[in-house]
Amino acid sequence: MAHGPATLADGWVKYASRWLFTTNHKDIGTLYLWFSFAMFILGGSFAMVIRAELFQPGMQLIKPEFFNQMTTMHGLVMVFGAIMPAFVGLANWLIPMMIGAPDMALPRMNNLSFWILPFAFAILVATLFMEGGGPNFGWTFYAPLSTTYAPDTVNYFIFGVHIMGASSIMGSINIIATVMNMRAPGMTYMKMPMFVWTWLITAFLLVAVMPVLAGAVTMMLMDINFGTSFFDAAGGGDPVLFQHVFWFFGHPEVYIIILPAFGVVSQIIPTFSRKPLFGYSSMVYATASIAFMSFIVWAHHMFTVGMPIAGELYFMYATMLIAVPTGVKVFNWITTMYKGSLTFETPMLFSIAFVILFTFGGFTGLMLSIAAADIQYHDTYFVVAHFHYVMVAGAVFSGTAAVYYWLPKWCGKMYDETMGKVQFWIAFIGFNITFMPQHFLGLAGMPRRYADYGLQFADWNMVSSIGAFMYGAAQILFLFNVVRTITHGKPVDKPEVWEGAEGLEWTVPTPAPYHTFEKPPQVK
Amino acid sequence: MSTESSYYVPEQSKLPIITATGMGILAFGAASWVIEGGSPTIFLIGLLIMVLVMYKWWSIVIDENMRGLANDQLKKSYVLGMLWFIFSELMFFVAFFGALFYVRVFANSWLGGEAAVGLFDDTPTDAAAANNQILWPGYQAEWPVMVTPDQMANGEDAQFKGPEQNMNFPGWSSLLSWLPLWNTVVLMTSSVTVHIAHTALKNDNRKKFNTWLGITVALGIFFLFLQAEEYIHAYQHMGLTLETGIYGTTFFLLTGFHGAHVTLGTCMLLVQWLRGLKGHFSHDDQFGFEAASWYWHFVDVVWVGLFLFVYVLA
Repeated sequence: MAHGPATLADGWVKYASRWLFTTNHKDIGTLYLWFSFAMFILGGSFAMVIRAELFQPGMQLIKPEFFNQMTTMHGLVMVFGAIMPAFVGLANWLIPMMIGAPDMALPRMNNLSFWILPFAFAILVATLFMEGGGPNFGWTFYAPLSTTYAPDTVNYFIFGVHIMGASSIMGSINIIATVMNMRAPGMTYMKMPMFVWTWLITAFLLVAVMPVLAGAVTMMLMDINFGTSFFDAAGGGDPVLFQHVFWFFGHPEVYIIILPAFGVVSQIIPTFSRKPLFGYSSMVYATASIAFMSFIVWAHHMFTVGMPIAGELYFMYATMLIAVPTGVKVFNWITTMYKGSLTFETPMLFSIAFVILFTFGGFTGLMLSIAAADIQYHDTYFVVAHFHYVMVAGAVFSGTAAVYYWLPKWCGKMYDETMGKVQFWIAFIGFNITFMPQHFLGLAGMPRRYADYGLQFADWNMVSSIGAFMYGAAQILFLFNVVRTITHGKPVDKPEVWEGAEGLEWTVPTPAPYHTFEKPPQVK
Repeated sequence: MSTESSYYVPEQSKLPIITATGMGILAFGAASWVIEGGSPTIFLIGLLIMVLVMYKWWSIVIDENMRGLANDQLKKSYVLGMLWFIFSELMFFVAFFGALFYVRVFANSWLGGEAAVGLFDDTPTDAAAANNQILWPGYQAEWPVMVTPDQMANGEDAQFKGPEQNMNFPGWSSLLSWLPLWNTVVLMTSSVTVHIAHTALKNDNRKKFNTWLGITVALGIFFLFLQAEEYIHAYQHMGLTLETGIYGTTFFLLTGFHGAHVTLGTCMLLVQWLRGLKGHFSHDDQFGFEAASWYWHFVDVVWVGLFLFVYVLA
């Protein structure tokens, strides 16, 4: 272990085996991040196909059947292939360094968690080239669309989800064991950086709900191939049961995506405000309450499916309650910035945009939580706009901010600030041009997931598509900027990199050595 | 929090990538197998890879532990890993129990044109009744569902036909010939025997440990034998199959997944028994066995839930 990691200079075999056999949290973090970016580009290209087809009314480029596969695969690849692995990658890189541990608690299992993902997504994407085409039932794969009326390839989707879930569960157990067991002496729970806290809670959510997803796809598998009737009323089952099981997984899942994003922003805003995070303990409690509440609000995704009024009311009020801890977080970020000496480097710009746009997405979420009003909004572009405000401007913006913020620590080079800012503004403007009009489309009644639309929706759809291409272009610039930083960036050698950065990861040399904290640091 | 002065970080390992490859092949093979006209070849190749690599992986972990490479901190990580793994398994069963409760409390009543749970369901009675009359005329809510809605509406042409008999409590007179009761007794006893083995090991009584753990494994195998008997009886004499509507569905999936977990637990305990015979473990270092016994207790607890909600409370 005395010598460093293999590089290309050691020959291809050694270099490849370093990545294939690695037990190093930094290597595995890097693998996760690159994999996630590849999936982000793949899922993004599906989105580009969707927006190109919707540029004008009528069918121009693709067939409706393929359009359905695109909407489905876009959702699946982005949620499970891009956003989740991105944050697991960040967790791998950062958690051991933030808590003063030498590595993750179970390093070999860590490697396994990663390498399952390429196989899972190869299986999933391969269905696009099989007879019958890929999954075409939406990323929420409601029965009976995904059972009775699904193509045969749905079986590949099912087993792909199974092993991907296994990967997530192992990854989360690893994170829990690391945080609970590997903290440096003196690093009490309430001294942990917010990012570590949010990931600990996220990992708990993952271990709790990924098995439920496995249960849902297993029931599908049985209904499709073995004659059971979970989701078939003819045999005494109920298609609505699918939605309950799915959303019992699905609602915590959306917090799984956003909580680590909260953590990232809670690290970045204090740095560039040069003030400690306002209300640290309330942040911890707010995160925990959001996580708890995520288990008891799932049916607000199903207001129009037919539920007793008592159920509708309960899920409506419970959902609105989530605004309370979320509001605590938003106010804390703003108060952290209040009277701080702010500077606006690229990570800070993305974080501020996160706070503003995520709050906006939260407000549309409140609108959607009103059961009576939801009957109008349900399954329209208003919903699409809402969750892209929290997924893209929420999770993806904060992921981008994280990459810019920690990239100098990872590779010892500083990115090009101008290019970063140009990327931010293209992404910010492109994002809003894409998704703001979708609110109007949805309120006017345009349903989601359709390959074609009435003429009255034409103008805003064209605007939205132009914005989407702009946002897509910003990602190419992002890739270019990151690669250029690694190859040609200006070297950074001071440990703290940023003036106001606090935390153990900024006490180790820059770039972070292959092994950090082989002797645990003392935390006061 | 860490109390160690240094850490054990394993060297690079080929195991994970082989496992991931095996898993990928297994998943791909399973999917291509269940599709009509598929063959199990790819699946079996994946399974073979998985079995071999798992054997190798655990051998290495055991070997590391025996050589004293695993420090207390790593052992604690293994403990946490096992506990959270069991929690994830529990959540898998929660999904299936949830499905059972939903069907029994809500879906079934609504199909029969009734409100579900009185106070909490204010669906107008006439609307609910109309729902029943138009979609599944004649269907009456009952549990177990012996006559499916399909059968009521379509008679002999129905795709889903209910079972001839169900697994409910047959009455006190035939109590002793009721298999689920014996299964319960067997599994409860095995939970006690595994605990006796544990205590024996803590007191360094190796002979007693080997005996009682051996008995536990035998009870596990006996449970599986009884369950196989029950399934054969259901298929051959009771007209109860996977395809007999929601009752067969929930019955076989819940007990089936439990049975799969008993199989896994029995394998775990069997390995620990063989290790015990080879002289592994000491009175203060026995995590492999402890983990398997926790898993066994978990499987036991799930059975209690099953016994209550699948068999007894009908």
